[in-house]
Amino acid sequence: MKNYFKPAVFLLSLWPIYIIVYQLIYNKLGPEPVDRIINHFGEWTLIFVLLTLSMSPLKKITNSLEWIKFRRMLGLFAFFYASIHMLSYVGLDYRFDFEPLIDDVLKKKFIFIGFSAWLLLIPLAITSSDKMVRILKKNWQKLHRLVYIISIFGVLHFIWLSKTIFFKPLIFLIILIILLLFRINLKKLNLS
Amino acid sequence: MKKFKHSEITPEKIYKKRRSFIKSMGWGLGAFTLNSVPLINVKASNLNEPTSYEDITTYNNYYEFGTGKGDPHRRAKNFTTKPWAVKIEGEIEKSLELPIEEILTIKSEERILKLRCVEGWSMVIPWLGFSLSKLLNKVQIKSTAKFVEFETVYNPDEMVGQRYPVLNWPYIEGLRIDEAMHPLTTVVTGLYGKPLPNQNGAPLRIFIPWKYGFKSAKSIVKIRLTKNMPNTAWKNASPREYGFYSNVNPEVDHPRWSQATERVIGESILAPRIKTLMFNGYGDEVAHLYSGMDLKKNY
Repeated sequence: MKNYFKPAVFLLSLWPIYIIVYQLIYNKLGPEPVDRIINHFGEWTLIFVLLTLSMSPLKKITNSLEWIKFRRMLGLFAFFYASIHMLSYVGLDYRFDFEPLIDDVLKKKFIFIGFSAWLLLIPLAITSSDKMVRILKKNWQKLHRLVYIISIFGVLHFIWLSKTIFFKPLIFLIILIILLLFRINLKKLNLS
Repeated sequence: MKKFKHSEITPEKIYKKRRSFIKSMGWGLGAFTLNSVPLINVKASNLNEPTSYEDITTYNNYYEFGTGKGDPHRRAKNFTTKPWAVKIEGEIEKSLELPIEEILTIKSEERILKLRCVEGWSMVIPWLGFSLSKLLNKVQIKSTAKFVEFETVYNPDEMVGQRYPVLNWPYIEGLRIDEAMHPLTTVVTGLYGKPLPNQNGAPLRIFIPWKYGFKSAKSIVKIRLTKNMPNTAWKNASPREYGFYSNVNPEVDHPRWSQATERVIGESILAPRIKTLMFNGYGDEVAHLYSGMDLKKNY
């Protein structure tokens, strides 16, 4: 049974793709299709970042190591969706017109921080293999702590681009804070 | 009933301006159809084809019904718009409460106007309506009145969004009195030849085509003439980002995003953004209202 877990999670993680493909084929992307695609993948990126961050708290809560097996896959999906998100913004919205794009990245803080988060994801994706874990040894863990900064950048990106924090950005923020608090508490417990 | 000619109830200057505006609308439509082929209309394009009825009525910012674009369409279905009355008060000789039925006796005409949202998208909407000045002419305005304030109904039982502190409810919007009297400032009673759908601000809203969409308050119950600049909803929420004037201006960015371009609602996935026009393309009609003003400061 457990052998099927990973493929099942993989297929489930492709859910955002199924939705977009369906909506593309049946013309259900709505009045602002480009915006819809960008937002869709942006939101799913955040969901996968938060899912990735949920695995170690779940491990502690349930006392089961199983969760950690999915962490790498979920993290790579986060990078995958972040890349589609970024590419659809650059390609569909700005049609690879780099002059206004560079202007946006430098002048608009929500784009700057979102782009930074994507850049920071790259080294994590590259060093995600077992081989890299072995090569980098202790540094691997240090490097992958970047995910905390990435998650904060990602949620800030969402808050700053929204007209109001109500309600989706706020929900993401609350979940992120809870997940980050887990880390602080765990460390304190380890110290005592 | 005695029939008035337009020229009898409207100052001649405004009347003539209105004619020239209607003419310019014709020019706009004719001139821009050539440019309406996607991929090459990046530079021009102002008044294109009207947006579809479906898009206009399912893609709405109406936070009283929720912050999602589809929320108003889903949640406003059973919103009570009858009975309805609009109270006109403040710096006028005598307050007046008008039942909606009486307001609707003012003749509405089709006005195809462009809506530019502060978020960076636009629609072309065939509204039904009449100039706000016609409604305001029903009262005697004192010379002390400098601004006009619009208040949206407060009805948290039916407007679920009002149960949360998204904005300071009820929604307040406002105009300077000369802006309010401009013939393009429209009291909207319908769209596409039909009564106004609930999600678009039924039974009565205003529409100011040269300003960002949020200036055009929906489901109005009160019109107040005031001495001081009204404390409008979005300015109240974030004064650095949303000014009182909020004229469409491609040169003044929202602090967090650009206003130089916009996405046209209903266009295909491959259609490019178009350039945003000063005063949303209505500069010929309204620019004189702001002569001598620094529009970067008075955003």
